[in-house]
Amino acid sequence: MAAPCVFCGPAIASRFFLGGRVTLAQGQGIWKPAAAELQAGTRSQILRLKHLTVVKTKKNVAASRPEKYTVDFIKKQIEEFNIGKRHLANMMGEDPETFTQEDIDRAIVYLFPSGLFEKQARPSMKHPDYIFPKQSAIQWGEDGRPFHFLFYTGKQSYYSLMHEAYGKFLDAEKRQNQLQAKDLQMEKTKTKDPIVSRWLIKEELEGMLAEKLSDRDYTRFIQLVERFSTLQCGAAEEEFLRRFRRSVTIQSKKQLTERLQYDEQGRAFSTSEGKRKSAKAEVVVYEHGNGKIKVNGVDHLLYFPVTQDREQLMFPFHFLDRLGKHDVNCTVSGGGRSAQAGAIRLATARALCSFVTEDEVEWMRQAGLLTTDPRVRERKKPGQEGARRKFTWKKR
Amino acid sequence: MLLLTAGVFSLLHKLDRGRFLHTGTQTPQTIAAHLDNPAPVESPRAISRTSESDPAKHGEQQEGQHYNIPHQDLKTVFPHGLPPRFVMQVKTFNEACLMVRKPALELLHYLKNTNFAHPAVRYILYGEKGTGKTLSLCHVVHFCAKQDWLILHVPDAHRWVKNCRDLLQSTYNKQRLDQPLEASTWLKNFRTSNERFLSQIKVQEKYVWNKRESTEKGSPLGDVVEQGITRVRNATDAVGIVLKELRRQSSCGIFHLLVAVDGVNALWGRTTLKREDKSPIAPEELAFIYNLRKMVKNDWILFNTHICTKLGQTGSLFKPRTAYMPQELLGEEGFNALDPFIPILVSNYNPKEFQSCIQYYLENNWLQHEKAHTEGGMKELLFLSNANPGQLERLCAYL
Repeated sequence: MAAPCVFCGPAIASRFFLGGRVTLAQGQGIWKPAAAELQAGTRSQILRLKHLTVVKTKKNVAASRPEKYTVDFIKKQIEEFNIGKRHLANMMGEDPETFTQEDIDRAIVYLFPSGLFEKQARPSMKHPDYIFPKQSAIQWGEDGRPFHFLFYTGKQSYYSLMHEAYGKFLDAEKRQNQLQAKDLQMEKTKTKDPIVSRWLIKEELEGMLAEKLSDRDYTRFIQLVERFSTLQCGAAEEEFLRRFRRSVTIQSKKQLTERLQYDEQGRAFSTSEGKRKSAKAEVVVYEHGNGKIKVNGVDHLLYFPVTQDREQLMFPFHFLDRLGKHDVNCTVSGGGRSAQAGAIRLATARALCSFVTEDEVEWMRQAGLLTTDPRVRERKKPGQEGARRKFTWKKR
Repeated sequence: MLLLTAGVFSLLHKLDRGRFLHTGTQTPQTIAAHLDNPAPVESPRAISRTSESDPAKHGEQQEGQHYNIPHQDLKTVFPHGLPPRFVMQVKTFNEACLMVRKPALELLHYLKNTNFAHPAVRYILYGEKGTGKTLSLCHVVHFCAKQDWLILHVPDAHRWVKNCRDLLQSTYNKQRLDQPLEASTWLKNFRTSNERFLSQIKVQEKYVWNKRESTEKGSPLGDVVEQGITRVRNATDAVGIVLKELRRQSSCGIFHLLVAVDGVNALWGRTTLKREDKSPIAPEELAFIYNLRKMVKNDWILFNTHICTKLGQTGSLFKPRTAYMPQELLGEEGFNALDPFIPILVSNYNPKEFQSCIQYYLENNWLQHEKAHTEGGMKELLFLSNANPGQLERLCAYL
């Protein structure tokens, strides 16, 4: 008998999906139990037709093959999404024409507040391109013949890409040989980007082709593309290759440098904050000092009797060779002694950025002085004594 | 924060503020046995050491320099006075060197210029932890020993208000308690440091110890001390007698007396000792403390004496770590008892003294790190220790 339908819902609700990982299509309209059996029975006959999602006769059976959506289906989803977007804009009193995805997200958070911790379990409304995994559409026609000539390799997009790339590579080689034969070589002008770029990584390539690749496939692709790029090629080939390159962002440009401020006597100082575990520190570093550090109004020797903490305070100054040159005034709260020392160290390093050249800022960043330590106390789990420690195991 | 009353103020005016002598700090300053010229030469040796081993001649020139204490003096003058870390350093370097520093120089100056017709003046050395108060006191004691004074040196009064094993009920006064072990140790050390006086001073009363033993009037003080050492049960009483006699006879003019008490805040603080029924003991119930308090009191009987005391947080009980002012450490009672006094602040090293200390270590090959010689290394040490002598010593110490 037909299984109870678990996925029926009103039409409007179908536009809202729980999470982005739903693989089963739900928005097919009202699902009638009776139709299930009909579908299942006539499946073999309608095989040639563009059929819809796999019918589930039982509730928990895993799909035997991955779900395939038709192009029409996806189009319908997109239309429904757009209509829903306009409805939502009307509901929120905003202009439907200029309603962006951020506005949609904000509206959903406002209308459906959720206390769930897992961000992906909260209600969201996204464009169907994000929700339905990028899959190739159905590959064969009415008579069952596949469209693509490489369909039966199993990885048709990958092999077609390799084929195309190799074809272009051979053409470029032939052209270069002709030019060499005619002694009309042009200088190979390497126009590498000033910003360093890299080839696609395997996951990105898989995403682009919507197919799974093995490591060997990926390596072969990269080898081919590397060889191709060493050849002299025209603008079209450069464009083709640029599709497979991504730029690498330079980390250090992201570091914000504080401005220097000047107090009444004309002395330069700079303020900044730092955090470590649950300790927060705010630090003011003055120029032209003699190396005194005051923590919460008390001398640092008294506040940190342990040498290790004082070494942490010393680290930024020692690294920049400015040991006796600055005066520091800081306030710190929370955490333990080690956390407070770490927080002050981070804050002083950030404050010193404004007194120091860009190169030195880069060195500090590489030394790890400017990074907030992300380690926090791990939560204790139920059934265990601590975060990792389990209860004593008793054999009986 | 100088709390000088009117009386002391007048005394101060009489004291001549001339040169300042600095006593050694608490850090185990390296022992410099060099016999260089103390003339201001630019060589590093001259910065850190001086050849004047007589504290009486120390002046501003020797400020920041180490002077050597001969081994003989060490045994007689300081049987029990030096802090333990310094003793270890003495043993390592095979020489005892103290740095001449400003507070001690100041104190020595006062001592040299006192008018003995007036009753005793009290000085209190105070300062933060690890700044060199105990060694300053030792410098003063050395000076007085050289000047042939009688030295009553109590190394650490805190040792008597805590960790005491056996407490006996006092034979003299039933309400008080005796500490036989500590008293007998102290008597032994007292005897070592003041041998020659013990035969000169005569007892002015008859003391009966028990049925069989007694000390006649007119017998030398040495007898009392011997009695205390041999009969441990009566040691505390012997100490009490010694203190009483010295108080009485100091005005005669035979000898000058120096009362040097380290950790004087123990006399008025709390104790950790308990009776058998677990009730706490107040300090005045300990006979030793009671007698000492009388000693330190500024009565008009006490002449020809100096009372130099030192506050210490290190051994003190029930006091916060950051307390170092006289008022905090002494408490109400102690402050009133010691008032009026001349406070002398002992602070961290100034740059010259710091340099000198590092030089001393380098000369003795104590700092083995390659960077210790360099500017950068010295700056690091300065930062980490914040010019605190105690911290510097701990940083440079062995593991």
